[in-house]
Amino acid sequence: MAELTYRQAVAHGIAQEMRRDPDLVMLGEDIAGAGGVFKTTVGLLEEFGPRRVRDTPISEQAILGAAMGAAMTGVPVIAEIMFSDFLAVCFDILANAKSRYMTAGQVSVPMVVRTANGGGSRFGAQHSQSVENWCMMIPGLKVVAPSTPGDVVGLLAAAVRDPDPVVFFEHKSLMATKEDVEEAEILDELGKARIVREGTDCTIVALALMVPRALEAAERLASDGISAEVIDVRTLVPLDTETILGSVAKTSRLFTVEENPRLCGWGAEITSIVSEEAFWDLDGPIVRITTPHIPLPAADALEDMAIPSADRVYETVVANLA
Amino acid sequence: MDEFQSPPGDVKDPFTDPGLYDYANREPRLPDPVDGSVDELDIPTDTRIDLYEMQQVLRQVEKRAYDLFMQNLVKGTSHLSLGMEAVAAGFAKAMRPDDYTFATYRGHAHTLARGAPPGEVLAELLGRENGLLAGKGGSMHLTSVEHGMMGSYAIIGAHLCIANGAAWSAQLRGTDQVAVCFFGDGTTNIGAFHEALNLAAVWDLPVVFVCENNLYMEYTPSDLVAAVPHPAAGRAPAYGLDEIVIDGNDADVVYVTAQDAIDKARRGDGPSLVEAVTYRQGGHSRADPGKYRPADEVEAWLARDPIPMYHQRLLRLGVDEGRLSGISQDVARRVAEATEFAKGGQPPGEDLLMTDVWADGGAAWRN
Repeated sequence: MAELTYRQAVAHGIAQEMRRDPDLVMLGEDIAGAGGVFKTTVGLLEEFGPRRVRDTPISEQAILGAAMGAAMTGVPVIAEIMFSDFLAVCFDILANAKSRYMTAGQVSVPMVVRTANGGGSRFGAQHSQSVENWCMMIPGLKVVAPSTPGDVVGLLAAAVRDPDPVVFFEHKSLMATKEDVEEAEILDELGKARIVREGTDCTIVALALMVPRALEAAERLASDGISAEVIDVRTLVPLDTETILGSVAKTSRLFTVEENPRLCGWGAEITSIVSEEAFWDLDGPIVRITTPHIPLPAADALEDMAIPSADRVYETVVANLA
Repeated sequence: MDEFQSPPGDVKDPFTDPGLYDYANREPRLPDPVDGSVDELDIPTDTRIDLYEMQQVLRQVEKRAYDLFMQNLVKGTSHLSLGMEAVAAGFAKAMRPDDYTFATYRGHAHTLARGAPPGEVLAELLGRENGLLAGKGGSMHLTSVEHGMMGSYAIIGAHLCIANGAAWSAQLRGTDQVAVCFFGDGTTNIGAFHEALNLAAVWDLPVVFVCENNLYMEYTPSDLVAAVPHPAAGRAPAYGLDEIVIDGNDADVVYVTAQDAIDKARRGDGPSLVEAVTYRQGGHSRADPGKYRPADEVEAWLARDPIPMYHQRLLRLGVDEGRLSGISQDVARRVAEATEFAKGGQPPGEDLLMTDVWADGGAAWRN
């Protein structure tokens, strides 16, 4: 075991896969010489050389296009889009990556698009958004958002080995979190949620930065005598509805904790599935805890009010279970 | 106040010039005369015969596609390349079977030119199960990976970036394949065009960008919306590339230009940008009769139709008329067979609806 930060886990996971597959390449802005603006690619240029780790111009369409074209002609690629907000300037290509269906299976696009997502850095509305739900809406894209260093390594490996395009959201506010990670190869599986805390009174479903906040809330709920089960969704597509429905069958109450703004957040899809398929398991309404439907403000005081906190999760659960 | 000078006299002000958007009454943009010296180019007769035959295939299949629209058998839209066959034929002939083609929604000709069967192309337009894409892609997404045709992309621009990726992949894998990417004059004003050219130049990618300048971006004359007279070549110097403008209606000119650009890319000497000036004989799409074009302009370009011109050249070079009419008749027979094949196809069944979203062949997004 070795203690890794979340940011080190990204580089560790990429290195694991680049050692395994000598064809795997990566490209992005400032990823080679500078080791990434979030220091998530430190050491990769040194180990794998400039042929496999390439700096690009500030040209997100050129980056994703190069990744897609290389992937569809036999070279697996990891592309980095520095901030997930920038997906907006190359969204056409991300949406075009659904080539397999349009071509009746002729074209495969084995690419991973890594991107730094989410708030908490006081960067304001163009560098802080949680946009995983943008990608979730496109048939043909897989969507992953790990919450721990160990999951970063294992899910990144699963994403790289997946023959379909995967968007991999790394959370900016989790970069400094640490965990002991196996030194041997880790390979996880897409489409598997994890029950990170067992409970019997309610289910709290969370993703990425919202997972530690849900866990903190669950800890406080426990001291009030409320036993909350916390599920880390980990991948939005494919979605592990089995784990969520199984938990709701046990607890009869469901809360989702989402960093995305309210409308069309991923929690709405889970809410819809649970209300259609597990309505009679429920003892009360499903409650979504989200960032309000506003552009994210920059000031720390305002940003902290906007993004769901452990306090807000705790208070919402208490108010609804009372 | 010296820095605030009036604009030059020929700049039209859209607020005061009611004629600015009266495209049909503009000064016609006429084709250059045919360059007589092209006859002398050292191109083997067999190659020229192949170019003639390929142009015949493209022309006759596109005409058939038009007939099928008129019979209301093509349900969606379609963008024909009638009049632009020389570009597709000239480049395809200069490519190696393992080279890559990328095209826009106006991609029938490029798909056929790489060798995709006309019957499957027409069946795809008709939305039949025996179509090139089993009816799932349609006219604007024709793709035939086994023929090196890596896709038709219906949102212009992105595919230049994707072609770069295929070229990068060839570079990484150490093959000497080349990617050739076709697009129209309208594409030169979208950001992805500029991002792609810059990256291709910076990375010395083995890619050839081919602007089929047919003078109109959809319904608007492209000279009104581009900052330079030649929308592609005029931008080339910004990326350290040569300004190459050719007669896109002369298959021989296209062929020798393509050979040069492809050889350069294959040698590792980086990308090229070729502007092939041509004209679409019809409208932008099925819905468009093309009435925004000056009548004398259309007439002049119809007189510069690439196929009769090429026919005349072959006769001048001593090819027998009987041989050429034999080719034309043989293509007509093949197109008739292709039409029967397409019409004979069934509509795709429900079993196809939920296939091929993922590599496992299915569409499941949850357990």
